[in-house]
Amino acid sequence: MSVETYDAVIAGGGIVGAACADELARRKMRVAVVERDVIGSGATAAGMGHIVVMDDSDAQFALTRYSQQLWLALAPELPADVEFEQCGTIWVAADEEEMAEAERKQVCYRARGIAASILGAEALEEAEPNLRKGLAGGLLVPEDSVLYPPCAARFLIKRAEASGAKVYLGRSVSQMGNARARLDDGTELSAPVLVNAAGAWSPELTPGMGVSKRKGHLVITDRYSGFVRHQLVELGYLKSAHSLTADSVAFNAQPRRTGQILIGSSRQYGVESARIDTQTLSRMLQRAQEYLPGLAGMSAIRSWTGFRPATPDNVPLIGPWPDDQKLYLATGHEGLGITTSLGTARLLADGITGKETAIASEPYLPARERVHA
Amino acid sequence: MLEAITVRVNGRAIAAPAGSTVAAAMMLAGAYCRKSVSGELRGPLCGMGICFECRVTIDGRPHCRSCQTLCKPGMDVRTDG
Amino acid sequence: MDSETRRYDAVVVGGGPAGLAAASCAAECGLHVALIDDNPELGGQIWRASTGGDKKRSSVPPGVEVFRQTRVFHLGEPGVLLAEDEERVWRFGYRKLILATGARERFLPFPGWTLPNVMGAGGLQALVKSGLPIAGKRVVVAGSGPLLLAVGAYLRKRGGKHGAEIPLICEQASRSSLLRFGAGLIAYPAKIAQGFALRRELAGVRFAGNSWPVAAEGCERLEAVLISRKGKIERIACDYLACGFHLVPNTELAALLGCQMRDGCVKVDEFQQTSIAGVFCAGEPAGIGGLEKSILEGRIAGLSAAGQHDAAKRLFAARRKQQKFAQSLDREFRLRSELKRLPDAETIVCRCEDVTYARLREHACWRAAKLHTRCGMGPCQGRICGPAVQFLFGWRPDSVRPPIFPARFESLAGISREGES
Repeated sequence: MSVETYDAVIAGGGIVGAACADELARRKMRVAVVERDVIGSGATAAGMGHIVVMDDSDAQFALTRYSQQLWLALAPELPADVEFEQCGTIWVAADEEEMAEAERKQVCYRARGIAASILGAEALEEAEPNLRKGLAGGLLVPEDSVLYPPCAARFLIKRAEASGAKVYLGRSVSQMGNARARLDDGTELSAPVLVNAAGAWSPELTPGMGVSKRKGHLVITDRYSGFVRHQLVELGYLKSAHSLTADSVAFNAQPRRTGQILIGSSRQYGVESARIDTQTLSRMLQRAQEYLPGLAGMSAIRSWTGFRPATPDNVPLIGPWPDDQKLYLATGHEGLGITTSLGTARLLADGITGKETAIASEPYLPARERVHA
Repeated sequence: MLEAITVRVNGRAIAAPAGSTVAAAMMLAGAYCRKSVSGELRGPLCGMGICFECRVTIDGRPHCRSCQTLCKPGMDVRTDG
Repeated sequence: MDSETRRYDAVVVGGGPAGLAAASCAAECGLHVALIDDNPELGGQIWRASTGGDKKRSSVPPGVEVFRQTRVFHLGEPGVLLAEDEERVWRFGYRKLILATGARERFLPFPGWTLPNVMGAGGLQALVKSGLPIAGKRVVVAGSGPLLLAVGAYLRKRGGKHGAEIPLICEQASRSSLLRFGAGLIAYPAKIAQGFALRRELAGVRFAGNSWPVAAEGCERLEAVLISRKGKIERIACDYLACGFHLVPNTELAALLGCQMRDGCVKVDEFQQTSIAGVFCAGEPAGIGGLEKSILEGRIAGLSAAGQHDAAKRLFAARRKQQKFAQSLDREFRLRSELKRLPDAETIVCRCEDVTYARLREHACWRAAKLHTRCGMGPCQGRICGPAVQFLFGWRPDSVRPPIFPARFESLAGISREGES
């Protein structure tokens, strides 16, 4: 049984694992990443790649804002295949109630120094002519962006490798704790720091942590350049993402650089199967058509599903695991993994190296709420 | 003797034999179907509707497989090249 | 776009030789049959010249309801297929299902293969059948398989005296393979007769074994082809290159249904039934084997679906013979390894997303390649690049998800009905 020694071992080569590897390697730690499938293959492969500031809670706001700024700073270095596009988000208000919510959000964002402007009905129509008539308006957040996550994960991993990180591809961690990670082929990796960045599968490595799968569906169309210009999210999305129990769909559309339109979103609880759920897919697409009637005649070329790793309070787990202070969690990001990956990596690395964090780290500590299996 | 159907390809009237597909009419017109994502001009490849190289805009609807569409009188066909 | 479910005793998917035979037999046995086909005209794709020529369209079998230009894109509840045509969605309820989805050509990339006027062999034949004038044009036919000869003959005699000029037909199989294949035909009088007819039609056309295209040249469109022959490169000026490397079965619907596969084909028993009771498969998806095999298997499937097992059994011997032919095809036209070296770094392999060979080569498996280059994520859903990457890298493209063919957004949106499980 061979034992290989590192300064840090990260389980999971998705966007969060990749970002952590990059950050730790940059700080001169010898890092190993273990990924059982391919880089960026879990929720990273399935998700929309929307980099978005969300104000569901102060903690979420702080982390998404911090991360959004880190992405904007990184953008010039990202290769073309990451398809980074600062297209902005428009939160769409269907009625006066949602418009009031848009206004509340605007005040909140502006107070924290985030550019955000209200669009009345006419301005919304001008910004997105293909939205249906009769919407109340929306909130434009120009600093939000979109990118293609698997290539972003790959970029970060490659940068980590260039700084000396080692990637164990096609191998999985079967046990992790007490400064040791055992792989499925018997290899033992020893490190004073272990990081569980296994996303939807993180409870398999650290029993007792409160992460559960929240299934989502997506569909992508053929190329229709210019049909949609911003990421469009209905304000009702917040109700969908916030609910802990009810299956739901919400309108979410993204223009890709290719001109393809990526359509989401759905949330289902307690489903283990990755198969397309016909009813959910159908409802999601119908919802999308309600906002963008022009979708109806477009060619839909693929559909797929993914599992978001969700926590009970919708705040990720970043920091030491109370039962094993050398084991760190970097998981539970639900639908914000892409956005918050960079911020997560900074918080994690600062915590490990004893540096002061740029934002308060307490809200994300796993110790905040021990959830027993 | 088959009658010809007149369709418009990029604004030009093209006479195609009855029973022709739009792909055939388009090639008669010397047009190419589409530009690929990196800007290459492409024409039909498989002739059976599965490669999607033959896509053109017909009567305003984009991404129509021209090899699977029969010409109808007065059809308006727009190609990328 | 509401649609009620139309119910049939048997639904046949695919209106080529196998599907027509299956639908005919089932209808003759008294079954209420629907035939669904993607194309504007029945008769299939690959063997269409053999099924009657231009004027004699493949006729609708009596008692069969035909749905043309109709594509199956998903499954409904058990026993229901979802399909769309240019205007609406159809829901087909079946007691028995016969998959006769045929085959498509295998395309292998080489420098210049994306130039306009480089097409499949069956591809160019299909275009000509649907109105493309070929009189006096120079066509090089290349690739692999007996289809090349059929296509060459068709293009040459198209329009009587005014057919295409064929400077060369080049087959990658070796001379000895071809001789063995030819010798094996002795057991198939019909094929020998076809062979002699082809020889007549191709009199004077140069045919070369051990030869393959190495590049297509031209500015905006094809102008010439470079062929490797006897260790040398020959440049042939031409208007079209009709190039296909044998056939691959269309198994997407079978995969979506969950039918068991074997060696990339749908596994069937002697009655052409798949691993799913009530679902049959006939023709190329059950094993590439040509026209006669397709027709026989179609008949057997149709009779079996109608419960006429004795009548079906009477066709077993003939089918066995055709299956031997299929094995010979598979053996003698195997692709040579030189073809793996045809693409250069800049050669596009995935045409939907313009992914080059060099970019694909960076990845260790299909999943990584697909995720990081988007190869296979375009509208062809990997039908063109899939067989190519399988040959070049040994990657087996993964599972199938709906829609198994691009469908209108509204068709997908309407797939679920309230109250249905």
